[in-house]
Amino acid sequence: MPAVQETVERVKRIDVDQYRYGFETLIDSEKAPKGLSEEIVKFISQKKNEPAWMLQWRLEAYRRWLTMTEPTWARVDYPKIDFQDLYYYAAPKPKKSVSSLDEIDPEILKTYEKLGIPLREVAMLEGVEPKPGEEDPARRKIAVDAVFDSVSVATTFKAELKKAGVIFMPISEAIREHPELVQKYLGSVVPTSDNFYATLNSAVFSDGSFVYVPPGVRCPMELSTYFRINERNTGQFERTLIIADKGSYVSYLEGCTAPQRDENQLHAAVVELVALDDAEIKYSTVQNWYPGNSEGKGGIYNFVTKRGDCRGANSKISWTQVETGSAITWKYPSCILRGDNSRGEFYSIAISNGFQQVDSGTKMIHLGKNTSSRIISKGIAAGKSQNTYRGLVTAHRKATGARNFTACDSLLIGDKCGAHTVPYIEAKNSSATFEHEATTSKISEDVLFYCIQRGLSQEEAVGLVVNGFVKDVLQQLPMEFAVEAQKLISISLEGSVG
Amino acid sequence: MALLEVKDLKVRVEEREILHGLTLTVNEGEVHAIMGPNGSGKSTLSHVIAGKPGYEVTDGQILFKGEDLLEMDPDERAAKGVFLAFQYPVEIPGVATMTFLRTALNAQRKARGESEYSTPDFLKKVREVSKSLNIPQDMLKRGVNVGFSGGEKKRNEVLQMALFEPSLCILDEMDSGLDIDALRIAADGVNALRSPGRAMVVITHYQRLLNYIVPDFVHVMSKGRVVKSGGKDLALELEASGYAQFEDAA
Repeated sequence: MPAVQETVERVKRIDVDQYRYGFETLIDSEKAPKGLSEEIVKFISQKKNEPAWMLQWRLEAYRRWLTMTEPTWARVDYPKIDFQDLYYYAAPKPKKSVSSLDEIDPEILKTYEKLGIPLREVAMLEGVEPKPGEEDPARRKIAVDAVFDSVSVATTFKAELKKAGVIFMPISEAIREHPELVQKYLGSVVPTSDNFYATLNSAVFSDGSFVYVPPGVRCPMELSTYFRINERNTGQFERTLIIADKGSYVSYLEGCTAPQRDENQLHAAVVELVALDDAEIKYSTVQNWYPGNSEGKGGIYNFVTKRGDCRGANSKISWTQVETGSAITWKYPSCILRGDNSRGEFYSIAISNGFQQVDSGTKMIHLGKNTSSRIISKGIAAGKSQNTYRGLVTAHRKATGARNFTACDSLLIGDKCGAHTVPYIEAKNSSATFEHEATTSKISEDVLFYCIQRGLSQEEAVGLVVNGFVKDVLQQLPMEFAVEAQKLISISLEGSVG
Repeated sequence: MALLEVKDLKVRVEEREILHGLTLTVNEGEVHAIMGPNGSGKSTLSHVIAGKPGYEVTDGQILFKGEDLLEMDPDERAAKGVFLAFQYPVEIPGVATMTFLRTALNAQRKARGESEYSTPDFLKKVREVSKSLNIPQDMLKRGVNVGFSGGEKKRNEVLQMALFEPSLCILDEMDSGLDIDALRIAADGVNALRSPGRAMVVITHYQRLLNYIVPDFVHVMSKGRVVKSGGKDLALELEASGYAQFEDAA
């Protein structure tokens, strides 16, 4: 059988077992009743001991949401979501603030262990950290915030970060402990009125991560959040807010997984980044939500709003994403290049297999003078999936000297999938320089045969070709994540090549 | 025992029969040239030996070291020592030549139950081999065949041949797209690899290549069969009189 034909055959046989994170954790949880109402919004706010201003903010968002309709312009197709048939709040019991890992439900710890996220081993809570000098210098530290369903269950390395002046905590805590920062920045990049899902998130978000890096500080370690949806019929609405004050630097990583479910689960997160003068934020995502089974049943609806604001001069925001999961992805991490000489970057690998639908890309909005942006997007479609890149590059009237370079490459495996590129380019002043390159190719029979003739198995051959295809983007990931991402790419393609 | 025995091989592509009962025996240490006009089935033969998909063997057999080659997957054949130097080597963007060589060599070694090369051992070996073939290190850092000239591509094939140490090398139209100088360099590389334990099958249209790689045997193919076999002088004869005389013989 020709190699590509065989690949196609194997895609047809994708089995749900190939999703390695599909297990469920059996723990007691506390849920708000199903459905959405002002009462539920109040309930969530109350559960979080929020100040009155926060509740007001949520209620305003909720009231606005009632007037909005779901966006339909994306190239994705799914049955209408019944928003009253979802749980908007679920928290592991007992719900109290935890100060050491021993107080966390061991089942949850086990979950993170299975996911390969070492909350206990490398990243320890306050008081149990190794003494200076005892640490293994070869191992770079990563501070982890673990979010289980709607609640942050553990944040590691808090004390060490505190020493550097970096605030890294669940956003629910930040609302209570640093209201001045939260009030100043929350919703300043993605306003509550932004879009249907962002508005919904503003009303019901229950947790997420908050990061503040003070002026001139280079965050001493990678910050990381792992999101896990466990509960059935539960929407996950996390909210992340990262502020890099003048001249600071932070690198933030995000990973996501969920159990296998027959029904679809909704994930509608909002991420806001603010970079002040001379600051830099690097935000990396490895998204591996459950993609659904071989018939396209189940899987996460990933409707996420991510946006960074290069508010200060010479600031820089860089998005890197490796998207392999979710039944439906609707996601456009964007940069508002407000500060003069600011720079935005978007590096993306989006792999779709089975019946996955991906509509993802970015927006680069050039407002300041001499701003520049770079977009490198690599889409890989296999199985019966549809993979769309949608990107907007726009230069404001006053954004003189704006520059953009975009390269969108798509790779097709088999003949039942589709790759689409939808660029929107607007230059409102004549000094802008925008470049756009796009290619679509298939993994050719000849390339595979060449590799196989040299001794590689078919699987290794496809892995090699795909890794070559995405190399430019993989290089942008922090090292630890690059290795993880590379593995994930092979796992995701296991369905397509065996 | 012969290294390669092709017996009465019949091959179809889609519904059309290309090889109508081809027989060829190659012993260790021998260099065989296969000549013939376009469409005579030369490349088909090389592809079927290497196991390229899309060909249907309807009759006959191919034995390699006494084993049934047609029962093996193409990567298995490679690990057993079958190497095909491609007429048009493919480009693999983003994959450094060095990475490719190492992945392939280790895959072959693993399949044979041998230990994989460590990075330093591998680098040492590649350096040795590439030096002996006058291949600049810089070429190894570039993507596999990406932006390589015709000559560089063929040298990369010879480099792999030297590195993998196959016992059977099939060179498919190695001279296509090469100027005289590039041809000489590539041929020198091939000649350096001639050894008593290794056989070569050189497929070509033109006698020209055989001035550089001098064969022990020459076979003329026409319409899917070997119609004449002889020594190296047969190639010169062909050059003078052309293939037309064999058209009827087939």
